[in-house]
Amino acid sequence: MDHSAHGHSHVDAAGASHGSYTSYAIGFVLSVILTAAAFWAVMSHSMSPGATVTTIVILAIVQIFVHLVFFLHLNFSSEQRWNVTAFAFAALVVLIVIGGSLWIIHNMTDRMMPQMQQQLPGLTQQQG
Amino acid sequence: MLGRLTWSAIPLNNPIEMGAVGLMGIVVLIVLGFVARYNLWVYLWKEWITTIDHKKIGIMYILMALVMLLRGFADAIMMRTQLAFSHGASHGYLPPEHYDQIFSAHGVIMIFFVAMPFVIGFMNVAVPLQIGARDVAFPFLNSISFWLTFVGMALVNLSLAIGEFGQAGWLAYPPLSELKYSPGSGIDYWIWSLQISGIGTLLTGVNFFVTIIKMRAPGMTFMRMPVFVWTILCTSILIMAAFPVLTATIGMLTLDRYLDFHFFTNDGGGNQMMYVNLIWAWGHPEVYILILPVFGVFSEVVSTYSSKRLFAYTSMVWATVSITVLSFVVWLHHFFTMGSGADVNAFFGISTMIIAIPTGVKIFNWLFTMYGGRVRYEPAMLWTVGFMVTFTIGGMTGVMMAVPGIDFIVHNSLFLIAHFHNVIIGGVVFGCFAGLNYWFPKMFGFRLESKWGTRSFWLWLVGFYVAFVPLYALGFMGATRRMEHYDNPTWVPYMWVALFGALLIFAGIICSILQIVVSIRDRKQLMDVTGDVWGGRTLEWAIPSPPPFYNFATTPTVNDAEPLWDAKQRGTIERQARDHYEDIHMPKNTGAGFIIAIFAGVFGFAMIWYIWWLAILSVVGIILTLIIRTCNDDIDYYVPGEEVARIEKAHFLKVASLETEKQHAD
Repeated sequence: MDHSAHGHSHVDAAGASHGSYTSYAIGFVLSVILTAAAFWAVMSHSMSPGATVTTIVILAIVQIFVHLVFFLHLNFSSEQRWNVTAFAFAALVVLIVIGGSLWIIHNMTDRMMPQMQQQLPGLTQQQG
Repeated sequence: MLGRLTWSAIPLNNPIEMGAVGLMGIVVLIVLGFVARYNLWVYLWKEWITTIDHKKIGIMYILMALVMLLRGFADAIMMRTQLAFSHGASHGYLPPEHYDQIFSAHGVIMIFFVAMPFVIGFMNVAVPLQIGARDVAFPFLNSISFWLTFVGMALVNLSLAIGEFGQAGWLAYPPLSELKYSPGSGIDYWIWSLQISGIGTLLTGVNFFVTIIKMRAPGMTFMRMPVFVWTILCTSILIMAAFPVLTATIGMLTLDRYLDFHFFTNDGGGNQMMYVNLIWAWGHPEVYILILPVFGVFSEVVSTYSSKRLFAYTSMVWATVSITVLSFVVWLHHFFTMGSGADVNAFFGISTMIIAIPTGVKIFNWLFTMYGGRVRYEPAMLWTVGFMVTFTIGGMTGVMMAVPGIDFIVHNSLFLIAHFHNVIIGGVVFGCFAGLNYWFPKMFGFRLESKWGTRSFWLWLVGFYVAFVPLYALGFMGATRRMEHYDNPTWVPYMWVALFGALLIFAGIICSILQIVVSIRDRKQLMDVTGDVWGGRTLEWAIPSPPPFYNFATTPTVNDAEPLWDAKQRGTIERQARDHYEDIHMPKNTGAGFIIAIFAGVFGFAMIWYIWWLAILSVVGIILTLIIRTCNDDIDYYVPGEEVARIEKAHFLKVASLETEKQHAD
């Protein structure tokens, strides 16, 4: 997939690929499908709320990788090493901030008094 | 037509605010009058407003920081005076709603418009010179960054004259900062000034990351970068990773306030604790964005004024890198009392204590650099030694508060206020003054005289302890922060001592101003002839002061972490101009950055006052300016080699003549 996508791509002096029409087209189609699928998952009401949330989260993560590969041309060739390093660091920070936030807020919510959880349905809903 | 902006937005019935507005107006008028008197409009526009020269942008950042230091300090001394008087039956001279604006503005101004511009100013002045580059990677972006920060600063100060400033503290915690509890324009001023200047800072982070990665002189491997450059690399990474969190968090608060969303409200499924969590996920790295650069400054200063190579360079680099990573896993220590469980509190408590280890490594490295060195106690070095003592004490109280059990006792008390002023004044402010004394000759071609500089240092140092040690005690006695009145008579003497300390710091600030004034008066005697006034070790001291606009006539080659010291040892320093120089490729000045920032400022003002048509117009203006700038191909030019040769020859002639003059005088 990567290889054919880069068949006609322009490569600049730094060795970084700028992609080709084919790769942008594939990326665009995949993005549209993934977006439409997420909308369908929510609007069709065909799954339980928990399953719906799981589905759209998975679709969102796949979407991120589609963007990275087809629009931002991230791959593991040597000339892209800086980009991959930067991406890995960003992923680490995102993991720490999002994972940490979930952990912190859930931990706090668990310790709320039970009657408060009934009064504040928003808090229990967030637990999914 | 004008949204919710009416004449009643101007606080005509508040004599203190109108006095401050009047004072600001007079200062602005004097400056404008001066510019008009000497007809400097064209000079200002051509040489400063449109400049994309990193050195000039750096100078403007530092000037802004110094001016804002006065504004922020005025807030501080007002608070101290209020607390000295406002006890028992007396309620002082500030009503609560005004006092709340003052402490909010004090925090915002000191962090965002003093500390940040100061360290970013040093980045701009020193980093390209230290890595042997002609400018930053994206000079035009750099101009946008500065002017966005400037506009954010202008909005905060405008709130004094039109409307009000936020009353919800420097981080505007909801639900207090939600529309329901803060319906006025204050929080909106806070939102838009921070959003606009925050984007400027983010762009600065991107710019300096790329500059350091891509534009180092040949031979300067990562482990040959000066420590200041290392700290700025790590700072840039922190800015890029943390500032988007701030932008998104304030963005969500904006949606809550403007479009009735419920991210952080009490009802509708909102959770205000998520705001506290997110703002500190930015806020803690922000603390290190401020302190890492000054760690770099101290490293440069210690080694230069001890005439000795920095002790354990490698451990210094790794300490910096580990602080960078660790700074992302400690943010919960700002809200231990929120109610998380023991697991969460223990994790963040321990990770906070771990940060003290790499910081301790740095302190010992600086001490061992001084040990056995030939230490010269110029002002920059005095600030550095003052920092080492003061910051260590501040760090120890920080580790105390990293214990969740202790934090539950001192949270939100004046003990916390004393702690973070201990590290921010003792660390960042002392570092900025050290850097100012150190790099001033590089920026202007003459050094700051040391008599007033030394007085300023001692007054600041003693004043700091007199002002803040009582606050540690008051914190233990139960005095809370952000309080404008109290009934406990035993606190009164401590409050008076603290006020006296603030007055000592005020005297220190006056001495700093005098230091600059006297230095400008005596600039002939204080002239930096060679460009290497301190016996420097890094590349910025290898070129004239102030450097020619192209910085380096020929790109230097680096063989050592201290390239200039290395060249001095080998005797390879150039003593005269070469016959031939290559043409130098330079970017052209542009007003686009300034214009974009002005549109951004108008946008912020329009959003604050709900003037929607103006907001839309200014966004169109920003986009149009960007398109016009992008379509402009005439953005660079070549300095001919003959021109470079002429400038370089003039410099070396000047050095030679001044040196003979000096010999005659001796």
